[in-house]
Amino acid sequence: MIKWVMAASAATTAGTQFSWAAAPAAPAKGYGTDPDLIKKYAAGDCWPLSLSPAEKATATVLCDTIIPADEKGPSASSLKVPDFIDEWVSAPYPGHERDRVIIRDGLAWVDAESQRRFQNEFSSLVVRQRHAICDDICHLPDAKPELRPAARFFARFRDLCASGYYTTPAGMKDIGYVGNVALEKFEGPPPEVLKKLGLA
Amino acid sequence: MPQIDPDKAQAQYDVIVVGSGAAGGQTAYTCALEGAKVLMLEAGRNYDPEKETPMFQTNADAPLRGTSTPDKPFGFYDATIDGGWQVPGEPYTSASSEPERKFWWWRSRMLGGRTNHWGRISLRNGPYDFKPRSRDGLGFDWPLNYEDVAPYYDKVEMLIGVYGDNHGLENTPDSPRGCLQPPPAFRAAERFGQHHGKKLGLPVIPIHRAVLTEKQDPAVLPAKIHPGNPRAQRLLADSMRARQACFWATPCGRGCSIKANYQSTTVHLPPALASGNLDLISDAMAREVTIGPDGRATGVVFIDRRTGKERVVKGKVVVLAASSGETVRILLNSKSTLFPQGLANSSGLVGKYIMDTVGASLGGQIPAMENLPPHNEDGAGGNHAYVPWWLYQEQLAGKLGFARGYHIEFGGGRQMPGFGTGAGLENITRGSYGRKFKEEARRYYGSFMWFAGRGEMIPNDDSFCDLDPVVKDKWGIPALRFHWKWSEHETRQAAHMQRTFADWITAMGGKPRSQPLADGAKAIEPGGKIIHEVGGAIMGSDPRKSVTNQWCQTWDVKNLFLTDGAPFCSNADKNPTLTIMALAWRASDYLLAGLKKGDL
Repeated sequence: MIKWVMAASAATTAGTQFSWAAAPAAPAKGYGTDPDLIKKYAAGDCWPLSLSPAEKATATVLCDTIIPADEKGPSASSLKVPDFIDEWVSAPYPGHERDRVIIRDGLAWVDAESQRRFQNEFSSLVVRQRHAICDDICHLPDAKPELRPAARFFARFRDLCASGYYTTPAGMKDIGYVGNVALEKFEGPPPEVLKKLGLA
Repeated sequence: MPQIDPDKAQAQYDVIVVGSGAAGGQTAYTCALEGAKVLMLEAGRNYDPEKETPMFQTNADAPLRGTSTPDKPFGFYDATIDGGWQVPGEPYTSASSEPERKFWWWRSRMLGGRTNHWGRISLRNGPYDFKPRSRDGLGFDWPLNYEDVAPYYDKVEMLIGVYGDNHGLENTPDSPRGCLQPPPAFRAAERFGQHHGKKLGLPVIPIHRAVLTEKQDPAVLPAKIHPGNPRAQRLLADSMRARQACFWATPCGRGCSIKANYQSTTVHLPPALASGNLDLISDAMAREVTIGPDGRATGVVFIDRRTGKERVVKGKVVVLAASSGETVRILLNSKSTLFPQGLANSSGLVGKYIMDTVGASLGGQIPAMENLPPHNEDGAGGNHAYVPWWLYQEQLAGKLGFARGYHIEFGGGRQMPGFGTGAGLENITRGSYGRKFKEEARRYYGSFMWFAGRGEMIPNDDSFCDLDPVVKDKWGIPALRFHWKWSEHETRQAAHMQRTFADWITAMGGKPRSQPLADGAKAIEPGGKIIHEVGGAIMGSDPRKSVTNQWCQTWDVKNLFLTDGAPFCSNADKNPTLTIMALAWRASDYLLAGLKKGDL
C-alpha cells in the first residue's frame, strides 16, 4: 500500500548532536497502540511537558521570529506552536530525546549569545538584534565552523516550528490549503491552474 | 458490530472462518448470504468505523501533529489498532541478521483487519499474470485462467464499489459495462504528469480504487450479484442504501464512517450479520485446526484474549483467512499424529514461496507547480491516476534485464498539511526565516511530487517462513521465522524504477529530491514493507507440488480451505486485495456446492 499525504514531507533531521549535555526527560509512556482517535488532544495530554519557563520564553520569541504574523496568517506563538515544540521534545518515542538535547542546548546557546552580544536575553532583544543572531545560523552551509551546531539547531527548530504551524487550521489557510470540507462534486483543477501549467 | 460471547457459540457451524479482513469478510459474506451458518473468529478487538473514524480531525488535533510513532507507524489517525510492524507480545523472527534478508510483517488486531487502512487500489490481474511460467519460464503457472476469475472480479467490483475505467491496454483487463464507478477527475499533478509522461511513453490512466464516487444502485446491482437469491438481494440492497458516496475529504487510510470506501467492516460484515447466519467472536486468537480420526478438519482451537482461556469451536468446513503469514502459522502449528509436519503439508511446501511486492520510490520538486492558485485537491482520499506496466514487448524481447513488470503510483500537490509541511526547505530557500520564509513556504507547498513503483516478485527458494524453534507469543503459540532474499529480477527492476522516475521528473522540468539510486539492491524496499505478502501455501494442479487446488481447497484435508493470499503462486504487480476477494468468492461458491451435495 502507499502512504498518501507525503508529498512535501521529507523533513530533514539535524544530524550531529551538540556537545553540551542536557538532563534526560522523565520516563513516560506513549499513547499506546489503541488511542482514542476522536478526541482532540492538546500538548501535555499524553505525557508531561518539560521545557522550563525560560526555555519556553526563548522558544516563543524564536518561533515568532521564524513565523511572524503577516497579512496571510497569525504568528506561530498565537497558534501555540511553542507548546507543540515542548510536546515534541518531551515525547517518549525514539529520536525525540535527541531533539530534546538539540533544542534545549540550542535555546541555551541563543540566550548566551544574546547576553554576549547585547547583554540581554533573547526574548528582550529588539528585532534587529534578534535578526543579527539568526542571520549567522539560519543556513548551515554559510555558518562559520564554530556556529555549525547552532545552525543545526536552527534548522531543526525551524522545521518543527513549520510543522507545528502549518498543521493548524489558521496555518493551513496561510499556506493555501483549502480542503478538509465535504463537497458535492470533485471537479479537478480550475481553469486558471490548468492555464498556469500549460494544460488549458 | 454485534458479537456473541464464546459461551453462546453453536455446537456446530457449517463454516468457521478465521480472520475478518478482505478474505475472511468475503468468505463469510458469500457463505452467510447463501444460507450457510458461519462463525467468524477475529484475533483483534471489535471495531466500529461509524463511531471510531476520525473524519475531519486536523493533524493539530493529534499528538505530535499526527506523525508516525512506534505506537502508530502510519501516523496517529491510521485505521490500525494494536498493529504495525511489531505487535506487543506477538513476536516474529528473522533467520538472518542481515537487513536485506529480513522480512517486515505488518499485522493489525482489529475487526476488518488491514482492510480498514489499506490504499484501496483494486487492480485486476491480467491473463499473463495467471500464466507467468508459460510466458517466461520462471515461477509457477496458476491452475486457472483469467477467464475463470473474471466473473468474480466483476462481482467483487460491483459489490465493494471500484472507480476506474477501461483503456484496452495489454494485460490490463477492461471491466464489463456496469462494474466500475466513474473515475474522479485528475488533480493538477496527475494531469501534469500525464502530459509530460507522454514524452516517455508512460500511459497515465485512471487508477482503480475501492471508493464510491456515486451511490450504488440498489435496484440493479444486487440482482446481478446474487441471481436467484431474493433474500441476499434484499440484504445487499439495504447495505448499499446505507453507504454514501465519497464527499471528497479526509484520507481513506483513516477508514470511512460514511462507508464510501471499502472496508470489510462497512461492506462485507453488515449484510452478512443482517442475514442472521453469521456469528462473530473477536479477541479470538486462533491457534490450530483440530482434526478427526478420519483426517478431516473438525474445528478450531482459539485463545480468548480477554480471559486467556482456550476454546474449541466446531465446523463442517474450516476456512483460514487470517493473512497469508498467519494462515501458514496456524497450519504449521496444527501438528498431529496424522499430520506431524503440520496440516496440509504432505508436499512440504507450507511456508514456502512467500512473496511481497517490489517497491522503490523517488520524490521530485516541480517548479511549474510553485505558487499555483489555491484549490481543493483532497479528492477521493488517495490516488486518481497511475501508470500500468507499459513495457511488455520490450521485456519479452529480453531488452530490460528483468522478467516482470511494475506499475507506478504517483501524486503530489496540495494535500492536507501534515508533520513535515514547510520543513526541509533549507536547501531550496537558503535558510530564510521570517516573512520571507512564509512566502517561500506558500510558494513551494504543492510543488512536490512522489513516485512509487510496485512490481512483481518471482517466488524463490530462499524466501519462506517456518516456525521459530524457540520463540513463542504471549499465548505460548510458536512464532513465525522468516527467511528472505530478493533475486536480481527484483533489484534490477527497482533500479529501472529509479531511472524512470528521475526521467519523468526531469521531463516535467523538475529535480529529483535525492539522487536516483543506480544500485537496485539499495533502492528496493525491504521484503514485507509494501504489505502485499502472499504465498506460503501455493495452489497448483499437482498435490506433490502445491498445497491447494484451484479452489483454495487443501489437497490433504478436503474440508479445509485457505482463502487469503496464501495460495497465490505468483504476485503480479497488481495489488493483491481484489484478487484475494475474487478467489475467496470463487472458493466459497465451490465449498457451498460441496456442502449442498454432502461432499464436505
